[in-house]
Amino acid sequence: MFDVNEIRKDFPILERTINGQPLIYFDNAATSQTPNQVIEVISNYYRNYNSNIHRGVHALSQEATDVYENARQKIQHHFNAARAHEIIFTSGTTHSINIVASGYSKLLQAGDELIASAMEHHSNIVPWQMLCDRTGALLKVVPMDEAGVLDIDAYKDLLSKKTKLVFVNHVSNALGTVNPIEEIIKLAHLSGAKVLIDGAQASPHIKADVQALEVDYYVTSAHKLCGPTGVGMLYGKEELLNQLPPYQGGGEMIAEVSFEKTTYADLPHKFEAGTPNIAGGIAFGAALDYMNAIRFETIAAYEQELLIYATEQLKEIDGVKIYGEAPNKTAVISFNVDDIHPYDIGSILDKMGIAVRTGHHCAQPIMDFYKIPGTIRISFSFYNTRKEIDTLIKGLKKAILMLK
Amino acid sequence: MSIQEIQEEVIEEFGIFEDWMQRYEHMIDLGKSLPLIADEFKTEDNIIKGCQSKVWVHAELKNDQLEFTADSDAIITKGIIAILIRVFSNQHPKDILAAETDFIDQIGLKEHLSPTRANGLVSMIKQIKMYAIAFQIQLN
Repeated sequence: MFDVNEIRKDFPILERTINGQPLIYFDNAATSQTPNQVIEVISNYYRNYNSNIHRGVHALSQEATDVYENARQKIQHHFNAARAHEIIFTSGTTHSINIVASGYSKLLQAGDELIASAMEHHSNIVPWQMLCDRTGALLKVVPMDEAGVLDIDAYKDLLSKKTKLVFVNHVSNALGTVNPIEEIIKLAHLSGAKVLIDGAQASPHIKADVQALEVDYYVTSAHKLCGPTGVGMLYGKEELLNQLPPYQGGGEMIAEVSFEKTTYADLPHKFEAGTPNIAGGIAFGAALDYMNAIRFETIAAYEQELLIYATEQLKEIDGVKIYGEAPNKTAVISFNVDDIHPYDIGSILDKMGIAVRTGHHCAQPIMDFYKIPGTIRISFSFYNTRKEIDTLIKGLKKAILMLK
Repeated sequence: MSIQEIQEEVIEEFGIFEDWMQRYEHMIDLGKSLPLIADEFKTEDNIIKGCQSKVWVHAELKNDQLEFTADSDAIITKGIIAILIRVFSNQHPKDILAAETDFIDQIGLKEHLSPTRANGLVSMIKQIKMYAIAFQIQLN
C-alpha cells in the first residue's frame, strides 16, 4: 500500500528548512529529488568499482562495464525497446535531441518540412531551428487552443509529402498537457515522416512503450525521474540510428583510427564518444528500479489526486487563472493571480519555504500565446502531500494580500 | 544628503522590522512612490530585459546631478528600484560611480540581486553606473 510518509523517508532533502520553514518542494518538473537508494548507488560506484568502461581487461573495468551495460538493459526493458543498442546514453534530453537534429543535416534538403508543436520546450525547438538554418528546411507549427490542447485537424493539414520530421513533447512542462502521441505518430508515418517524442516531462509519470508506440526516437533525462543530473537517453529504431552520422567524434565511437581513414563503431557506441557519466548511467537504471518498485500506476494515481485537490483549492481563490486545462494532464499547474507578476508571488512563496517555478519555463511561445510574461508553476511528485498543498494555499492567500 | 548617508538611513529604516514579511511589506509600499518613468521613455532602448521581470530606467542630467526615473512590471522589483533610486538619484555621477550596493544585503533583500534571479536588477545597477560614466564624460 502506498504510504507517502514512508516514501518521504527515502528523501533526506525533504527534511530541509528554507528561511526557517520546512521545505515544500513543488518544482519537480524542473528536477526531481533523489532517494537514498539512488544516492547510495552513486557513492557505491565511486567507493568500490570506479573504473573506465569498455576499455580495460582488468577486473575493475570489467565490473564497471557489466554494471553500466546492465543499466542500459534496465532502460531498454523499461521503455520496451527491442534491442539494448537502440538505447544511447547521453548527457540528457537536450543532448539527445541535438544528436538527432545534427544528424539530419545530411538527410534533409531545402524545402523539406519539419513540424513542431506550439507547446514545445526550447530544447525541442532551437536545435531544429538550427537544422533549418543549415539545410533550408522549413519549420511548421501545430497550433494549440486556450485549454492547451493541440489542434490535431490543423496537424493533419500541415502534414504533406514534404514533411520529413515531426517533434512533439509527450507531456508539456509548462501546462501538463498529455499529448495524443499515438495518433501523432500514426499520422506522421502515413505521410512518410519520422517522429521524435520529447519524453522528459512524461517519463516520471508515464511508462512509454516505444515498440507499441512505433515511435522513431524517444528521449528523456534521468534527473526528471529520481536520477542524477547529467545523464539521459536517446532511443532510436536501429535502422534509423544506423543512418544518422555520429554527433561527436572521439574515443569509443570508433572502429579503427588512422590518419588516412577512420571508421566508426556500431550502435550504441557510435553516439557515445568519450568517457561517459558512468555513475550517472548506473544510477539512471537504479532510479527506474526505485520507481518501478513503487509502480507507475500507483504513482500516477496518487499524483492525479494531488492535482485534483490542488486545482480545486486554487480555483476557490479570487483572481486565480489556470493555464492549460487539457482533459488529460499530468500533475502540473501553471497559473497567475489577476495582474500580479508571477515573480512577485514566487518570491514571497520562497520566503515561506515553498519552491515553485516562475517565468516562461523555457517555453516562451506558450507565454506569447497567452500574452503573459510567465506563470507560477507547481509540479507535484509522488512524495508531495495534501498538507503541503494546504500550506501553499495559505501562503498564496497571504502573498496576494501583501501584493494587492 | 550623500549616498552614504542615505544608505545608512535606509538600513536604519529597515532595521526596525522583525521579520521578512514586514520588510517586504515596507518595500512594496516604497515601490508605490517610485518616481515613474514617463511613458515616452518606455522604449526598447530603455528596457532591461530580465528572464523574470522587466525594468525600464531613464536618466537626465540636472545641475550636474543625475535624476533617475524607472518602472517595472513586478511589484517587488519596483520596491527595490525605489530604494535604489532613493540612494542614487540626484547625486553627482562621480559619487554614483564610487558607491557600493552592499546596503541591499544589510536590509535583507540580497537575494533579489542575484544574477540567477534574472529580474533585471543586476542589469539595472549596471545601467545606472553606465549612465553615470556617460554623463561624467559629458561633464568633463
